[in-house]
Amino acid sequence: MLDYETLRLIWWALLGILLIGFAVMDGFDLGVGALLPFVARTDMERRIAINTVGPVWEGNQVWLILGAGAIFAAWPAVYAAAFSGFYLAMLLVLASLILRPVGFKYRSKLTDPRWRTLWDWALFIGGVVPSVVFGVAFGNLFLGVPFDFDPNLRFLPDISLWSLLNPFALLFGLVSLAMVVLHGAAWLNLKTVGPIRDRARAVLPVAALVFILLFGLAGIWVTWIDGYRISSEVVTGGPSNPLGKTVDLVAGGWLVNFLRMPALWAAPILAVLGAVLAALLRGRALAAFLFTALVPPGTIATAGLALFPFLLPSSSHPAVSLTVWDSSSSALTLGVMLGAVVVFLPLVIAYTSWVYAVLRGPVTAEHIAADHTLY
Amino acid sequence: MDVVELARLQFAATALYHFLFVPLTLGLSILLGIMETVYVMTGRTIWRDMVKFWGMLFGINFAMGVATGITMEFQFGTNWAYYSHFVGDIFGVPLAIEGLMAFFLEATLIGLFFFGWTRLSKVKHLAVTWGLALGSNLSALWILVANGWMQHPTGARFNVDTMRMELTDFMALLFNEVAQAKFVHTVSAGYVTGSVFVLAISALYLLGGRHQALAKRSMTVAASFGLASALSVVVLGDESGYTSGENQKMKLAAIEAMWETKPAPASLTLFGIPNLTTRSTDYAVEVPWVLGLIATRSADKPVLGIDDLLAQARDRIVNGLVAYRAIEAYRADRGRADLRQVIEDNAGDLGHALLLKKLRPDIENATDAEIAAAAELTIPDVPVLFWAFRLMIACGFWFILLFAVAFWLASRQRLEAYRSFLWVAVATLPLPWLAAELGWIVAEYGRQPWAVEGLLPTFLAVSDTGTGNLIASLAGFVLFYSALLVADLYLMTKYVRMGPDAVLGHPVAPPFQRDPIVQPAE
Ligand code: HDD
Ligand code: HEM
Ligand code: HEM
Repeated sequence: MLDYETLRLIWWALLGILLIGFAVMDGFDLGVGALLPFVARTDMERRIAINTVGPVWEGNQVWLILGAGAIFAAWPAVYAAAFSGFYLAMLLVLASLILRPVGFKYRSKLTDPRWRTLWDWALFIGGVVPSVVFGVAFGNLFLGVPFDFDPNLRFLPDISLWSLLNPFALLFGLVSLAMVVLHGAAWLNLKTVGPIRDRARAVLPVAALVFILLFGLAGIWVTWIDGYRISSEVVTGGPSNPLGKTVDLVAGGWLVNFLRMPALWAAPILAVLGAVLAALLRGRALAAFLFTALVPPGTIATAGLALFPFLLPSSSHPAVSLTVWDSSSSALTLGVMLGAVVVFLPLVIAYTSWVYAVLRGPVTAEHIAADHTLY
Repeated sequence: MDVVELARLQFAATALYHFLFVPLTLGLSILLGIMETVYVMTGRTIWRDMVKFWGMLFGINFAMGVATGITMEFQFGTNWAYYSHFVGDIFGVPLAIEGLMAFFLEATLIGLFFFGWTRLSKVKHLAVTWGLALGSNLSALWILVANGWMQHPTGARFNVDTMRMELTDFMALLFNEVAQAKFVHTVSAGYVTGSVFVLAISALYLLGGRHQALAKRSMTVAASFGLASALSVVVLGDESGYTSGENQKMKLAAIEAMWETKPAPASLTLFGIPNLTTRSTDYAVEVPWVLGLIATRSADKPVLGIDDLLAQARDRIVNGLVAYRAIEAYRADRGRADLRQVIEDNAGDLGHALLLKKLRPDIENATDAEIAAAAELTIPDVPVLFWAFRLMIACGFWFILLFAVAFWLASRQRLEAYRSFLWVAVATLPLPWLAAELGWIVAEYGRQPWAVEGLLPTFLAVSDTGTGNLIASLAGFVLFYSALLVADLYLMTKYVRMGPDAVLGHPVAPPFQRDPIVQPAE
C-alpha cells in the first residue's frame, strides 16, 4: 500500500489533472459559445458553429462534474469551504452552466428567430461566465479569502461576491477567458470551412497575443503580493485537521517553489509556447488545435505549483488555511478512489476517443441541410 | 425562515424538480434500447422511426435532467458545507464514482445516439443506445448508494482527530442493503414512468386515429415492459418497507401512524386519520398480520411503536452526552487514550446528543426535561408520511391493473377498440410522477430530523452562509426553473402534437417495409 503522504500527493496531482481535463475538453466548447456572436453571423453559420460541438460538449462537461465529485471525495474540507465560501460566484457559474444543455438542445427545435436569438445569448453567457469566474476563483486563491473554522471544524466564511471581484482576481478571469477563446478558435478553425474558419483563424493570433500578455502581467503581479508559508513543522502524514499548524505571510512567497525547483518553469513555458505555436501554425488546423490544448495544462499547472502545498489560504486566519497535508480524505478513501480512477479513466478516454474518431471531419452547410434534427 | 429551513426548502424543491426528469430518462432509455433491438433483429424500418421519434422526446427531457443535476452536485457544497465536511470521506466516494462510471458514459454516448445514425453500422448504433441506457441506470445505482448510506450509515466510524466520519469498509458502503432495495425500487419506478409516458401518448394518437402503426407497436412494448416494471415496483417496494423496518424503525412507525408497539404479528393500518393530539389513529381499518410480515418477515416479532422508540432515543441521548463530554476533555488533553476509548465506545450515539443543540448551546448541562424534548424531535411528520405513503401504494396497484389490461388487449390486437380504456391510459400520464415524488417525500422527509440517520441532525448540517445568500439562490432557482419548465413543456407538447411524421421530417415507414440491405459506411 501507498503511504498517506504519497496518496495525498497523488490526489493533489489528480485534482490538477481533472481540472486540466475540464479546461482542455470543455474549454473549446465554452470557447465556441464565447465566440458565437463574432464568428457566426447568419443562422446557418450559427448552426454550423454549434454543431461542431453539439455531439460532444455534454461528455466534455462531465470533466467538471467529476472534478466537483472528486474534490468532494478526496478533499471534503476544500469542497465544503470553496462551494459555500464562494457562494454567489458558484451560483453564477451554475446558472450559466444550466443554460447550456437547454440552449444546445432547444435552440434549433423551433424556427422563430427570436427563440433562436434568445438561446444564442444563453450559449454565449454559458461560455463566457464560467470561464471568467473560474479564473477569478484562482486569482482569489493567491490572495487568500477570509474564513475561519470552529473547534468542531465548522467552516465560517466571511466572503462577499464583491470582495472576490477585485482587480487582481479579475485579471486572472481574463487570462482564463483568453485561454478558452484561443482554444475555441482553434477548434472552429479545425472543424469548419469557409467564412467561419476564416474568422476563427483571424482570431487565433489575437487571442494568443492577448493571452500571453495577460498571463505575463498576472505573473509579474503575483511577485508583488504576499505568499503563504507553513511556519510550524510540516507533518505530511498526520490527521486531516487544519487547526494544528501556524502560517506566515512572505512577500513574493508564491515564487518560492519556482526558485527552489527551476524545472517547474516548464509549466509557464509550455503555456506560452503552446499559444505561440498555435498562432504561427494556424494554417495547419489540427496541429494548431493540439498546441492550444497545451495552454490549459501549462496555465493550471503554473498556478497549482506556485500555490503548493496550499489549496485554499485564509486571509483572515492564515493558520487555518487548507493545505494538501491537512484537508484530504482518509487514506482508505484516497486509496479506493485511486483504484476507481485507475480502472475507469482509461476506459473513459478510450470511448471518448472513439466518439471523436467517428465524428471526425468538418461540419458544413450541407450536413445541416441534410439532417433537420441537428442543433 | 432561518438558514436551515431555507436550505431544506431549496434542497427539496431542486431534488423533486430534478426527479421530474430522471425517471423518464431511466425508463425511456431502456424502451429505446428495446425498440432498437427489434429494429436490428427484424430490419423493419418502422422500428427505427419509433426509436427516432421517442428519442426526440427523450432528448428534450434529458437536457433538463442534466441541467438540474448539476445543481444537485453543487448544492451539497454550497448549502450543506458542514454535512460535506462531516461525511464527505464516505459520501463523496459514490458521487465521484458516479461521475467516472456513469455520467461519462451517458453524456459521451448521447451525442452519437442522435448524430451517429449515418456514421455507424446498425449494430454499433444499437450498442451506443444500450450504453446510454446503461450509463443512466448506473448513475441511479451510485447516487442511491450515496442516499442509502444517509438512510443507513454503515462501514464508517467517527474520528475524533479529524472531527468527522471516515470510511472503514468500502464493501459495506457498496452492498448496503438499503441502497440495494432503493436502487431496484427507484429504477423500476423509472421504468413504469417511461412505460406510462409511451402508453399515454400512443393512446392519444389512437384516439385521434393518427399514426396507428407506430402507436400500436409502441403501446405493445410499453404494456409488456410496464407490466413487468409495475410488478417489480410493488414487490421491491415491499423490500424497501422491510429494510426500513430493520433500520429506520421510527420512519416505519410514522408511516404507519403507530403510536404503541404492536404485538406480533402486527396488523397493517390500511386507512385511518392520524390524530396528533391524542396520539392515536381514528377510524383505523386494520389488516391483521400484514405489517408484521412486511417489517419483520416473521409472525412472532413485534413492531415497535413511536412511544417505545422515544424511550430508546432518550437513552441514546444520555449515552451520546458521554461521548460529547469526552470529546471536550480530549480536546484539552490529546494524550489521553482512556478518553479516546470512551469516545469510540459511545460515538454511535453522539448524533443523538447533538439533537440537544436545538435547545441549548452548552448541551453538556442539559436537563432531563430537555433530553425528553430532544427525543421528541426524532418523530417525523406523521400525517404527511401516512398519507404520502398510501397514495404512492394506491398508484402502484393502479399501474399493475392498467398495464395488465393493456397487455391483455395488446396481445389480442384489440387496443384501438376500447376507447374508454385509451382515455384512462391518457389520464394516467401524471400519476407515475406523483407516485415517485411522494416516494421521495416518504424517504427523505421521513428521515427527519436526521441528515444522516442517527449521526448528524439536519439543522447542524447546513452551511454558515447567512439567509441572504439562500434567499437569493432560492429566488433565482424559482425564476429560472419556472422559465425552463415552460420551455420544456412547450417543446414536449409541440413535438407530441406534430407527431412522428413531422418530427422525423418524412412519413413513418409502412409496417412491413424492410431496410435496404446496404449498410452505411463504417
Ligand atoms: C435514481 C436516479 C437519480 C437520482 C436519485 C438523482 N439523479 Fe441525477 N441524474 C440521473 C439519475 C438520478 C440520470 C438519469 O442519470 C440523469 C437524469 C437525466 C439525465 O440526463 O441524467 C441525471 C443527471 C445528473 C447530472 C448531470 C449528468 C450529466 O451531465 O450527464 C448530475 C451532475 C446529477 N444528476 C447529480 C445528481 C445528484 C447530486 C443527485 C442527488 C441529490 C441526483 N443527481 C439524484
Ligand atoms: C432526486 C430524488 C430525490 C428527491 C426527490 C429528494 C427529496 C428530498 C426532500 C423532499 C428533502 C427535504 C426533506 C426535508 O428537509 O424535510 C430532501 C432533503 C435532502 N436530501 Fe433528498 N431527495 C432525492 C435524492 C437525494 C439523494 C440521492 C440524496 C443523497 C445522495 C439526497 C440527500 C438529501 C439531503 C442532503 C437533504 C437535505 C437534508 C435534509 O433536509 O434531510 N437526496 N430530499
Ligand atoms: C405497492 C406499491 C409500493 C410500495 C409498497 C412502496 C414502498 C416504498 C417504501 C417503503 C419507500 C420508502 C423507502 C424508505 O423508507 O427510504 C418507497 C420509496 C419510494 N417509492 Fe415506493 N412503493 C410503492 C409504489 C411506488 C410507485 C408506484 C412508485 C413510482 C412510480 C414509487 C416510487 C418511489 C420512489 C421514487 C421512492 C423513493 C426512493 C426510495 O426510497 O426507494 N413507489 N416506496
